[in-house]
Amino acid sequence: MEFFLVQSLNGVSYGLLLFMLSSGLTLVFSLMGVLNFAHASFYMLGAYFAYQVSAKIGFWPALVIAPLLVGAIGMLVERFGLRKVHRHGHVAELLFTFGLAYLLEEAVHLIWGRAAVEYRVPAELDGPLFQIMDSQYPIYRGFMMLVSVAMLVAIWLALTRTRIGLVIQAALTHPQTVEALGHNVPRVFMLVFGGGAALAGLAGVIGGNAFVTDPGMAAAVGPIIFVIVVVGGMGSLAGAFIASLLIGCLQTFAVSLDWSLGGISISQAAPVLPYLLMVLLLIFRPKGLMGTREG
Amino acid sequence: MKYAPLNLGRWILWSASALLFVAAPHLFKGGFALTMMTQMGTLIIFALSYNMLLGQGGMLSFGHAVYSGLGAYVTVHVLNQVGSGSFYFPVPLLPLVGGVAGLAFGVLFGYVTTRRAGTTFALISLGIGEMVFAGVLMFPGFFGGEAGISTNRVVGKPFFGLTFGPALQVYYLVAAWCFLSMAAMFALTQTPLGRMANAVRDNPERAEFVGYNTQHVRFLQLVLSSFFAGVSGALSCINFEIVSAENVSAIRSGGVLLATFIGGVPFFFGPILGAIVFVFFVVALSGFTKAWLLYLGLFFVLMVVYAPGGMASLILMQLRVLRAGRWRELAVPYALAALAALVALAGLIGLVEMVYRLSEQGASSVLTALGLSFDARSAPPWFAFAVALAVGLGALRLTSRRVGERWGAIQADLQAKAAA
Repeated sequence: MEFFLVQSLNGVSYGLLLFMLSSGLTLVFSLMGVLNFAHASFYMLGAYFAYQVSAKIGFWPALVIAPLLVGAIGMLVERFGLRKVHRHGHVAELLFTFGLAYLLEEAVHLIWGRAAVEYRVPAELDGPLFQIMDSQYPIYRGFMMLVSVAMLVAIWLALTRTRIGLVIQAALTHPQTVEALGHNVPRVFMLVFGGGAALAGLAGVIGGNAFVTDPGMAAAVGPIIFVIVVVGGMGSLAGAFIASLLIGCLQTFAVSLDWSLGGISISQAAPVLPYLLMVLLLIFRPKGLMGTREG
Repeated sequence: MKYAPLNLGRWILWSASALLFVAAPHLFKGGFALTMMTQMGTLIIFALSYNMLLGQGGMLSFGHAVYSGLGAYVTVHVLNQVGSGSFYFPVPLLPLVGGVAGLAFGVLFGYVTTRRAGTTFALISLGIGEMVFAGVLMFPGFFGGEAGISTNRVVGKPFFGLTFGPALQVYYLVAAWCFLSMAAMFALTQTPLGRMANAVRDNPERAEFVGYNTQHVRFLQLVLSSFFAGVSGALSCINFEIVSAENVSAIRSGGVLLATFIGGVPFFFGPILGAIVFVFFVVALSGFTKAWLLYLGLFFVLMVVYAPGGMASLILMQLRVLRAGRWRELAVPYALAALAALVALAGLIGLVEMVYRLSEQGASSVLTALGLSFDARSAPPWFAFAVALAVGLGALRLTSRRVGERWGAIQADLQAKAAA
């Protein structure tokens, strides 16, 4: 029972982290039709920036500065890269972000080297939060959940209750009309792209020290968030939320269970499970969990 | 019988490329050139098979290495069985084994991936690629884990006196298969399926109205393409005598995408060009600098932004102007732009190499280039390279504007002449 409780808490906190990543990806995708392949690279940049900033002035400023920096980079990428490629179509945009992911990974190699950097959980967040029978639950996991939930509520409020949020929502479905009403839609795109990148950066700040900060972290988490977007249904935020929690729990439980099936233990099979889920879903429900678009 | 004129240009081109395959080892002597050419041949098949998806079928795949890699795994097991004497199979026909294996996996995975097109297809292919990679590490019995499975290509009786021990024999084996695959893949573009694949790429809705099942067309195209991917996988297995998880990895899938795109997706011969340049980048440049991936990525991104038709389109554009005899007008602006680009490139390379040197632990911070040596810990070289980069970029902006003006004028002239 306690095992189940702790693992589901872990699963949910990991799932929320995944949702911070996939929500930005989904928003950008549904707004601009661009699947940002470099999204996980922004996550990695967030972690590295946080490492650098927290080494100099501490973790709390890093929590704010690193996502802002990543967001600024995202905006620059949109303004001077994506916008130029836009006229060549969606495949070109996808290829551009693919190349960007390559470049960012190499840049990280270049600046911080190939080994993992020592980005640690700050001392004040290190330790047990509470105890369930025999197992302790770390504060940092709770902090991760808190930040993700706070962030998600903030985004939801911003999207539904503010003027710019309403413009963004309108631009999702009727970009021409919004433009005709005198709003600068390209600037809205830039803002959303930067916002998505900043979200990924924030996920990097709180995920980088909980897991590991190395140049491989983008390649490790990237495919998972793409699977989430497909499983949840392309462009559906609610779908992405469900799929994030599902895959977060799936992976957490799979790693810690020691059942075995035909000589292969579940924990060995853990890396394959999200992809297997995707394949099964595509066979039985091709539009994804909450998707509306077929084909 | 329909009247079909003899397409002389095509015959000349294909004969010339066949001759080039035969003559290449005599033109470029030495073991290093031979390894490079063998790798180029393998990658040409792989890139062409990739372009059957991206160029001809409009399917952007991030997991094409799955088919070549799994084809290579099956080949390595067959080769090892032949080696242990279980049965006999001639080595030069092994690529067929790889091809059939690739095709079988194409049928299996293609059923899932080709259900969707566009961006979703890209994501699913990525997911399948990751799944296979994780799966390969999960079953070390068959796949040999991280270390992979090694083999020996010199097995059984010599095949008409060929043992495939010497690298030259392997080169000719690869060359023969490469030529055959090139011809076969070109022929495929001329078939009704090839044409329908183009139609599905350009306008799936209309293709469906004409009465074709787009999913079926994509599926067939993917299955055929995975056959050729398997052939190239088998050849790489014979060449390197080892197959490991790296063969199915995202790195390979990304590599073939880069090679194909750099060469030129809209043209049949684009990927051939791309494969040659890519191998050159990987093999030659990686010997010089550890930042070669960065340069390759930068080159790729620049191509995506400024030349989405790849190098092939750039060359064809020049041919048109050349044929009209107007190239001389462009020579000076081109030379100026090239000079500006060189200055910018020198600045960029200098900065990148200095950053790299500083991040490397225990390496000396003194670099030498063109007989000059400088210390990456001192300010002047940073300043000099940054200035070179900035000046180069600024000049490039100006000069390329001039190239664009000239180019536009010539194009307008040519069009007016064509209309008259």
